[in-house]
Amino acid sequence: MIEIDDLHKKFGKNEVLKGIDLTIDNGGIFAVLGPNGSGKTTLIKSILGMIVPNSGTIKLNGTSIKKSWEYRNDIDYLPQIANFPGNLTVKELIKMIKDLRSTKQANDERLIELFKLQPFLDKKLNNLSGGTKQKVNLVLTFMFDSPLVILDEPTTGLDPISHIRLKELITAEKEKGKTILITSHIMSFVEEIADEIVFLLEGKIYFRGSIPELKTKTEQPDFEHAIASMLSSSYA
Amino acid sequence: MLKILKYSFFDLMRSRWSYVYFLFYLLLGVMLLFLNNDLSKAVITLMNVIIVLVPLIGTIFGVMYYYNSKEFTELLLAQPVKRSSIFLGQYFGVALSLSMSLIIGLGLPFVFYGIFNSGAIWDFSLLLVTGAFLTLIFTALAFVIALANENKIKGFGYAILLWLFMAVIYDGIFLMSLVYFEEYPLDKFSLVATVMNPVDLSRVLILLKLDISALLGYTGAVFQKFFGTSFGFILSSLMLTLWVIVPTYFIQRMAKRKDF
Amino acid sequence: MNKRLLHSVLFFLLFTATFFAQTIEVCNSCEISTISQAVEKAKPFDTIKIKKGTYKEYNIGITKPLIIIGEGNPVIDGDNKGEIITIQSDNVTIYGLTIVNVGTSYTTDYAAIRVVKSENFLVQNNTLERLFFGIYLEKSNHGKVLNNTIKGDAVNEYNSGNGIQLWHCNNVEVTNNRIRNVRDGIYLEFSDQIEIKNNKSTDNLRYGLHFMFSNNDTYTNNLFENNGAGVAVMFSKFIKMYDNVFRKNWGTASFGLLLKEINDSEIKGNIFEENTVGINIEGSNRIDYTHNDFKSNGWAIKVRGACYANTFSKNNFLYNSFDISYNSNINDNVFDKNYWSNYTGYDLNKNGIGDVPYRPVKLFSYIVNRTPETIILLRSLFIDIIDFSEKVSPVFTPDNLMDNNPLLKPIDHD
Repeated sequence: MIEIDDLHKKFGKNEVLKGIDLTIDNGGIFAVLGPNGSGKTTLIKSILGMIVPNSGTIKLNGTSIKKSWEYRNDIDYLPQIANFPGNLTVKELIKMIKDLRSTKQANDERLIELFKLQPFLDKKLNNLSGGTKQKVNLVLTFMFDSPLVILDEPTTGLDPISHIRLKELITAEKEKGKTILITSHIMSFVEEIADEIVFLLEGKIYFRGSIPELKTKTEQPDFEHAIASMLSSSYA
Repeated sequence: MLKILKYSFFDLMRSRWSYVYFLFYLLLGVMLLFLNNDLSKAVITLMNVIIVLVPLIGTIFGVMYYYNSKEFTELLLAQPVKRSSIFLGQYFGVALSLSMSLIIGLGLPFVFYGIFNSGAIWDFSLLLVTGAFLTLIFTALAFVIALANENKIKGFGYAILLWLFMAVIYDGIFLMSLVYFEEYPLDKFSLVATVMNPVDLSRVLILLKLDISALLGYTGAVFQKFFGTSFGFILSSLMLTLWVIVPTYFIQRMAKRKDF
Repeated sequence: MNKRLLHSVLFFLLFTATFFAQTIEVCNSCEISTISQAVEKAKPFDTIKIKKGTYKEYNIGITKPLIIIGEGNPVIDGDNKGEIITIQSDNVTIYGLTIVNVGTSYTTDYAAIRVVKSENFLVQNNTLERLFFGIYLEKSNHGKVLNNTIKGDAVNEYNSGNGIQLWHCNNVEVTNNRIRNVRDGIYLEFSDQIEIKNNKSTDNLRYGLHFMFSNNDTYTNNLFENNGAGVAVMFSKFIKMYDNVFRKNWGTASFGLLLKEINDSEIKGNIFEENTVGINIEGSNRIDYTHNDFKSNGWAIKVRGACYANTFSKNNFLYNSFDISYNSNINDNVFDKNYWSNYTGYDLNKNGIGDVPYRPVKLFSYIVNRTPETIILLRSLFIDIIDFSEKVSPVFTPDNLMDNNPLLKPIDHD
């Protein structure tokens, strides 16, 4: 369970999060949406401890994450841009990330199989295409069995087949009762998999609820239009 | 931290730049020794190179590595690893691989030349140790600069400026003030000014070996104590260590507070 | 030829004298138990043999030709009361004695052995310790000081004396002596035609060897190490300095060799190593410096004041912090065909001589002369840069001071 209470974050003069209160219960897929600069990534990174908030607390299963790092053993994170130390091979990178985790169990073999990464295992990361790097990124994320999964733009650069594999993967993880946080720009993708939407606007939670609730509230027949209407009404 | 250090180190050991750096020193060593055939002269030339080049390469390499591995750092930040370990690990990884390139690159030709059977062995080892210290110091300073500047271009700019200041401008100002205030007793001032700049500090440390006869020509009592006894050597070594510790502390402190 | 004849005549005289002479023995339990007694009793050209033992005596005056020989290291202990042996006669030999505890005085220069207005003396194989002055030669000529060991305990210049002192002497040979811890190792004043060879003068308070107003002297093959200054040659002419070693004379006013007001001399084949200043030159003219090695000195050569028509050629300047320093920008001296390890030029026609002249005086040495503290910036990049710009267009340093034929390889002096 994630409990966020009155979270504020400023970058210089730019106030990105202006008091976020959010509670996410265990289990389900939550999509964090919002226009560029609304604070999606900042929120996610705050949960991960990559950003130090100015005020407010974040609790994971009842304990504050401040100044602690061990809790990240229970989180799998997929960063937006996948860039790795160029001189390591894929194999070495996987080994290294495993090495850093306290849980030594990992199902990397299956994921490598799934994304057909075998031919690239001994290649240096420098020599991989963007899409292949993203696949490696996915392997690194899903190979551990953590109760919380955070995906920042997971679909970037994927070919259609991998895209489908990813969806299957996310659904499968959900079946295991995991909590999954996703940010994405691809609305069809979100609509397809998300149980709940958290819509951020100018550093605040503008809407939170399921997709049907969103549609009812905005009186729009489809998801994309609902989002668009929310944006335009807020700017009006 | 050791894990991060290990991976950064292996990563760098395979990087083209480490080889370029290593080969450069290898070539330099070979050229100095086998073209000149004069060990003492080679050691003196080497000193100039180490004092000037090692800090430059340390800063540039440190800044470069930091910016280039930014995404990797983010990947690590999401892993269950302590923040300061990540940066200290990376820092020591860079500094260590640079120091090794230096020591092995220069060491090999000198060993083949027969440094072990020569009286210059101590001067030479001192040079290498000082070089390693300078690498540690300037890589640390580079990390501090990079941590303070999100903007890559700015970071590079400051890094080069830092080097230029420490290697050249500082001594210029130092010299001017000595000449300008020549009527005043200056030994304490000049010793303090030396200690404040790691480049000067290492230079003086080597001078203690190479040019002690000239240094003893000066009358000041403080100088006499500094140069004439082992006091100078011990103090310089201590200060160099301090010069490593202070920026390293800053790396740790800044790493704790920084957002990614 | 004349000199040689004179020598043989003297030797003959000495020999015949010895032949007819008697031998007197001195020992603690003998009939004659003091040296003074023996000297008094002896007739000219007698031999006095002093046996092993300690003799508490001082003010032993010798006024007749005598040979005094110590057997088994007899010790004469002066108990710090005054002078020990004073010779006032020609043809006296002092051999194999150990003399200790010479009196110290602020008014009288007490010596272990003093020779006054005498000729043909020989002072050999003696050991002098805890002394004021060691061997003091006064207006004495044609003598020899050989194989003595002089070990002082000098701390301050004002109450210490010299190891071997020559005052108004001519034709004396000083060879194979080892002198330590006195004020001046060997001191010459108004002494000409002196030959100083194979001595070791080390750890002395002031100079290893000191010339004042002395001409036509030669010193060869000596070692001067760790003295206040190695050798000082002042107000003298026609001095020959060959094959000596000047080492580790360190300190604020330390030199390997100090030349002051000296003319027409020759400095050849010497080694100057690790001195604060190799040679310090003031007001010295027409001196030839050839085949010397200057190695790892602070300053190889420091030129102060007016020095004219000196020639420096075929020397090796190796790894000195500064090769030459001048305190003015006028130069009347010649530098030619030296090897400079700091030379960075090239030799396209492969004749062993660099194609670009070498400028041994750096701007930085000028700055250090002015503000000594700047020495701490030695070998800094900034200093290299300003040195380079001065090299391109000399302003502060003499612009005609250069070696037009710098050698590319060190000279082998043999």
